[in-house]
Amino acid sequence: MKVRLVRRDIASRYAMLAAPVLALILTCLTSLILFAALGIPAGEALYALLLRPFLSWYSFSEVLLKTAPLLLIAQGLAIGFRANVFNIGAEGQFIIGAICASAFPVYFPNGDFPMMLPAMIIFGAIGGMVYALIAAGLRTRFGASEILVTLMLTLIAIQILNYLLLGPWKDPRGFNFPQTVMFPFNALLPILIEGTRTNISLIFALVASVLAYLMMQHHFGGYQLRTAGLAPRAALYAGFSTPRLIWLSLAIGGLAAGIAGASEVAGPLGQLQRSVATGYGYAAIIVAYLGGLNPIGIIVSSFLISALYIGGDSATVSAGLPVAAVDVFQGMLLGFYLLTFTLIRYRVEIDRWMEA
Amino acid sequence: MRKPALLTLSGVSKRYGKIQANKQIDLSVKLGSIHAVLGENGAGKSTLMKLIYGVEQPDEGTIAWNGTPVSLSRPSDAQALGIGMVFQHFSLFETLSVVQNVSLLVPGKSADLAGKITELGAQFGLTVDPQAMVHTLSVGERQRVEIIRCLLLNPKVLILDEPTSVLPPQSVRMLFETLKRLQSNGMAILFISHKLEEIRELCDEATILRNGEVTGRVDPREHDAHSLAQMMIGRDMPHLSPGTHATPGEVRLALKDLSHPRATRFGTSLENLNLSLRSGEIIGIAGISGNGQQELAALISGETAAQDAGMVEIMGRPAGHLGPLERRNLGFSFVPEERRGRGSVPEMTLSDNSLLTAHSRGMLRGGFIRRQIERSFTRDCIEAFDVRTPGIDVEAGALSGGNLQKFILGREIMLAPDVMLVAQPTWGVDIGAATAIRLRLLKMRDQGAAILVISEELEELFEICDTLHVLRAGHLSPPLPAAQTSAKDVGAYMIGAAA
Repeated sequence: MKVRLVRRDIASRYAMLAAPVLALILTCLTSLILFAALGIPAGEALYALLLRPFLSWYSFSEVLLKTAPLLLIAQGLAIGFRANVFNIGAEGQFIIGAICASAFPVYFPNGDFPMMLPAMIIFGAIGGMVYALIAAGLRTRFGASEILVTLMLTLIAIQILNYLLLGPWKDPRGFNFPQTVMFPFNALLPILIEGTRTNISLIFALVASVLAYLMMQHHFGGYQLRTAGLAPRAALYAGFSTPRLIWLSLAIGGLAAGIAGASEVAGPLGQLQRSVATGYGYAAIIVAYLGGLNPIGIIVSSFLISALYIGGDSATVSAGLPVAAVDVFQGMLLGFYLLTFTLIRYRVEIDRWMEA
Repeated sequence: MRKPALLTLSGVSKRYGKIQANKQIDLSVKLGSIHAVLGENGAGKSTLMKLIYGVEQPDEGTIAWNGTPVSLSRPSDAQALGIGMVFQHFSLFETLSVVQNVSLLVPGKSADLAGKITELGAQFGLTVDPQAMVHTLSVGERQRVEIIRCLLLNPKVLILDEPTSVLPPQSVRMLFETLKRLQSNGMAILFISHKLEEIRELCDEATILRNGEVTGRVDPREHDAHSLAQMMIGRDMPHLSPGTHATPGEVRLALKDLSHPRATRFGTSLENLNLSLRSGEIIGIAGISGNGQQELAALISGETAAQDAGMVEIMGRPAGHLGPLERRNLGFSFVPEERRGRGSVPEMTLSDNSLLTAHSRGMLRGGFIRRQIERSFTRDCIEAFDVRTPGIDVEAGALSGGNLQKFILGREIMLAPDVMLVAQPTWGVDIGAATAIRLRLLKMRDQGAAILVISEELEELFEICDTLHVLRAGHLSPPLPAAQTSAKDVGAYMIGAAA
């Protein structure tokens, strides 16, 4: 049989919507086989993974809690990805954001610092941004790949975190655990929905989504970034400054990740601890691509991936799913999405003479 | 007694999506004949050759070799039968030597091959040093390497796709000598071209294509250019009236001892270029691409910054250090040779492509895009420049090369530039559209614009330019007044025979 991919003249909007759905279906089917091979009750596992997050108010609020950092980081990253600036070190910028924000409650553990929370968020944002801009400087000055630099900076960020938690910032009354003091009340984000852990960082993320939408769809800055990503030589021809776009992309990505990091310590954690580095920065890459790098699509995909996190937790308990299987599920989802993504630009053609 | 047909195509059709590239084509090629396939851009010549060379397969119809139907599913099938092809854009590795390039396709020891290359070179006038690195060779020499490589596979039919389009006039003569020698050795040659005079001189048979269909099968020696044009484009070759010529005014673009080292090993260094372009004047830069044309265009547009601000002057101001946007703000606009990915973003709509360079025409407010103005600009552009498109929300990549070129040219002209640079304005554009583009340039000149045209098409330059320069190996010839210069004079500069 002869199957060919033929490039479409115009990207298919239908395929744009169908691709993520198709990817999810393919991932589920493959997981069924995989889980069955592992001897895990596949139906139960998928039920726990996909449906249980929505079956109780509490687990649904946990989904919203995790959606906030994923959405915020992914919106920031997607802007850079549209310009072919591949910041894959949002995890590091997230950690630095968390560290910078934690400085205030660590040095003012009684909460006697005015404007504690705004200072934390702003400092976290600046920290994440400056950390990402190291990569911008190295890229524009020396041509160093921002992919490698941001990735390696993440490893450094983890070591900075370890150093602080094992040394100067360790809670003196914390039984030698690597964590800071518990933050005072005025260093914590207000809860959004009473009785849950969902806090106002979800609002930050939604505001960021609106801003990202306005910038990418209606602002000349977003237009320049898209041009640089789609046709770098057209951007050069039109005189859009590539170094400026690289600085801008990394600044936005780092800023968003920094705010997310600050919100994490000021939110569900309430202190700086090692487990702040849970991989949101990496998962957000998947979220950004799964959302088609589109601000609206990313709202949907961040919610979906977040639900998978919660579902994954419940599946490991109720169906005995190995923890790694949840990562495999996520990985497959991205893999299948990138495959089905092809259909947006190409259509499948089966040669006529085969039917005759 | 007629010579027997070696290669016969009957009723061959090929369709790409909505486009019928070839429709019921019959063609027969005889040994010892130079057979022209004549047609303008988009007539289906290249598709037909791809079918013969096994790159594509026909939807309908048969291809027969010595009367036996054959199925060619890949180029190696065609080569095995004895079909060789020399492509318009060469497929040589620049970092390898001639003999290394040849040995990639032709079996045998390097030493033997080198001997054969020299031998064939002497026999057919294709002199080339087998040990030379390809990147040091001129375009004409590279073409010889391609032809030799084909000949070493002992073909019976040799296909040449627009072989003269990249050659200076003198090299064309040498190529024709070679082809005639091959013909007298009994080989069949398929010669693809849109140049009527060449075909009348060289070929003994011609198949003429228009819109994918055969519109004529003639002996070109018995027809004049007029009747061949009738068959090829359905009417006479269009002629340009020179227009009312304004007296040239002040200097708007000046190159002053512009020198620039090459960026890569395969680039060209520019050395001491001097040029002065006045308002109401069109100056043409002739020469084969690869002699510094791209480097020069980028230095004038600002995509490459000059080493010294004074080397490029726009509207009397030193501009060598300025970026493209700042030069545009001085009244400069530019139509680059690459339409997709440089002059336009193929994945964006036409209306978003207006924004690329026309954003200064009131399309922004506080950095936000004013869609109404963007869209009305785009509508005006496609109307005024006859861009054939279903609408302004179509992606630029969906337009044909000629229509996209009209759009880009239109966009740049609508910016009302004082100085404009146009590189290869009619590359791959059909004759009707090419004439329309040239008329536009003349009209702009008459309205006082200063225009610099970089082109490989000598006829085009003679049609529209007041003055010509030739760019060869990074050196610019002195200005040659177009009215007092012949194609042969220009050719002498192109091959470096005149200094």
